[in-house]
Amino acid sequence: MDHTNQEALVSIKDLNVKFKLRGKRLHAIRNISLDILRGESLAIVGESGSGKSVLMKNLIGLLDKNGEIESGAIYYGGKDLGQFKEKDWQGFRGREVAMVMQDPMTSLNPLKRIGWQICEALRYNQDMRGEQAKRKAVELLSDVGIQEPERRYKQYPHEFSGGMRQRVVIAMAMACNPRLLICDEPTTALDVTIQAQILNLLRDLRNKYDLTMVYITHDLGVVANVADRIAVMYAGDIVEIGTCNEVFFSPRHPYTWALLSSLPQLGVKKEDLFSIKGTPPNLFQGIRGDGFAARNPLPLAIDFLHRPPYFEISPTHKARTWLLDQRAPKLEPPEQIESIKEI
Amino acid sequence: MNNEALLSVHDMEVTFGTGRKKFVAVKGVSFDIYKGETFGLVGESGSGKTTIGRAIIRVNPTSRGEVFFKGEKINGKITKELDKRIISEIQMVFQDPMASLNERAKVDYIVSEGLQNVEKKLPSRERRERVAKTLGDVGLLPEFASRFPHEFSGGQRQRIGVARALIMQPSFIIADEPISALDVSIRAQVLNLLSKLQKERNLTILFISHDLSVMRFITDRIAVLHKGVLVELADTETLYTNPLHPYTKALLSAVPLPNPIKEKQKQLTVYDPSCHDYSTDKPIWEEIEPGHFVHGNNKELEEYRAATSRIKNA
Repeated sequence: MDHTNQEALVSIKDLNVKFKLRGKRLHAIRNISLDILRGESLAIVGESGSGKSVLMKNLIGLLDKNGEIESGAIYYGGKDLGQFKEKDWQGFRGREVAMVMQDPMTSLNPLKRIGWQICEALRYNQDMRGEQAKRKAVELLSDVGIQEPERRYKQYPHEFSGGMRQRVVIAMAMACNPRLLICDEPTTALDVTIQAQILNLLRDLRNKYDLTMVYITHDLGVVANVADRIAVMYAGDIVEIGTCNEVFFSPRHPYTWALLSSLPQLGVKKEDLFSIKGTPPNLFQGIRGDGFAARNPLPLAIDFLHRPPYFEISPTHKARTWLLDQRAPKLEPPEQIESIKEI
Repeated sequence: MNNEALLSVHDMEVTFGTGRKKFVAVKGVSFDIYKGETFGLVGESGSGKTTIGRAIIRVNPTSRGEVFFKGEKINGKITKELDKRIISEIQMVFQDPMASLNERAKVDYIVSEGLQNVEKKLPSRERRERVAKTLGDVGLLPEFASRFPHEFSGGQRQRIGVARALIMQPSFIIADEPISALDVSIRAQVLNLLSKLQKERNLTILFISHDLSVMRFITDRIAVLHKGVLVELADTETLYTNPLHPYTKALLSAVPLPNPIKEKQKQLTVYDPSCHDYSTDKPIWEEIEPGHFVHGNNKELEEYRAATSRIKNA
């Protein structure tokens, strides 16, 4: 797919998000600019606490109460989502952008029938009621691959298995024909076999409804399956972004190297698996230089002083590391990353 | 590796409820775990893999069969003295380090709780020393003993979970999905810690997980469980290169590969239990080649044997 001349559906510009916590301020998103292209599938990868969920919650107006957009803008169809009031969100959330949360056990109401929960979304957003809503809900259930949708419509969440519940959550997200579907760790709580099925389902839905997808995940196997483009996040910043093949086969940022090297599939038996030392930086304090420098096995002196700019490797691939500067020493990526090609 | 069995499970059955509500979670499972190895147990959620682990450690009672640990029967009714020994010899590491540590207790207490129950007369100075040493062994600082669990990251908490098991000086550890709740980068740290401890202390580990990519890296042998029945057991490499049972094949095909080109072309194999016809020919648990067990009826076993010899000759 050619990504260079695609139109952007969402355009995030110089976004800074801070949280107030016990009188201190936590800088969760540090000056991120990102375009989500129409019809693409973008994966956002990073450790927990890297800000990947916070970034996407801005698109659906679900930022926690103590968080605020300090500067920057998020453009969606000419409107700045950063300026939205709760009233503006009501016509937007669900209809334009919908979200599938991580744990299907907690995102369904255990006291209401599945059918009621899907119809609720239809009632609020499309003003569908009665028979009409029920017909649509049954159609949605069969769309997400649930057998006997008529009978399942009347059941409660506890009568569904984990994978089936996740299908119901996806049906609810699809109820209002959103243009952008954000999946926050959609398969983390599921088994491998079920995970593969859900990923296939999401891919089919994307083709059928011409959806734009954003996956938030830390599982690189999932990413390889579904993503056209990958953005690697570290400490509230996108450190590398490129097409799926570029990031897997010619990664440039040391953090991406470290993430890929710690895959158990690349490990050699009876030897230690590569692991990233230390912990992510404290976002309460300002970060000087490259946020990953302290955990980087081979940092440059400048990494501790100045924050690197983006260096462009190809029109679709850029990374924030001083290693790409002309004056930097030529460092080869770790050997084990090469073996990804042979897996 | 010597093939001396540390733990053997014979025809174990675990049942929940009675009468009409009776549910058999584990149906006649048999396997041996050799001394010093890492034995993997895979299966979907609800397949009974955790139940097997819990039955071995005597949390869930068995309804049939025997469990032998170092040659002694440890299920059913046993003497108090043996029970006490088992408690310290077999320890468990749990899945979610956020949920399995007491939020209101300090690390010192969490780690030494088991010790206080078994060695009641232990002077508190020695207890503190042992806690400090164990914390050091799992890569934590001794001064962490006076902190609460919420002050730690996920990886550090899981280390506390490992320390709590280690302080009892067990010879056998049941690790129930110890890394499923952790991030990729922290996963590697905990896996390395487990294999380091295993080498240093000659531990035997039962590793329960549904993640086959991790299993290949860490285990020596793997048993595949489906709905309470063991369907296949083999050396890790044999299982990956020559899976015989259709369920094992389906599981392996679902493992995500971190290679976008291959992953996007991958064909999923779906397991359909109705592909077996067990109406007349009942399935048995049979050794196809040395160390490779499969569950199947005579006709299937014949096919499996043929497939194995084809691979060997190729």
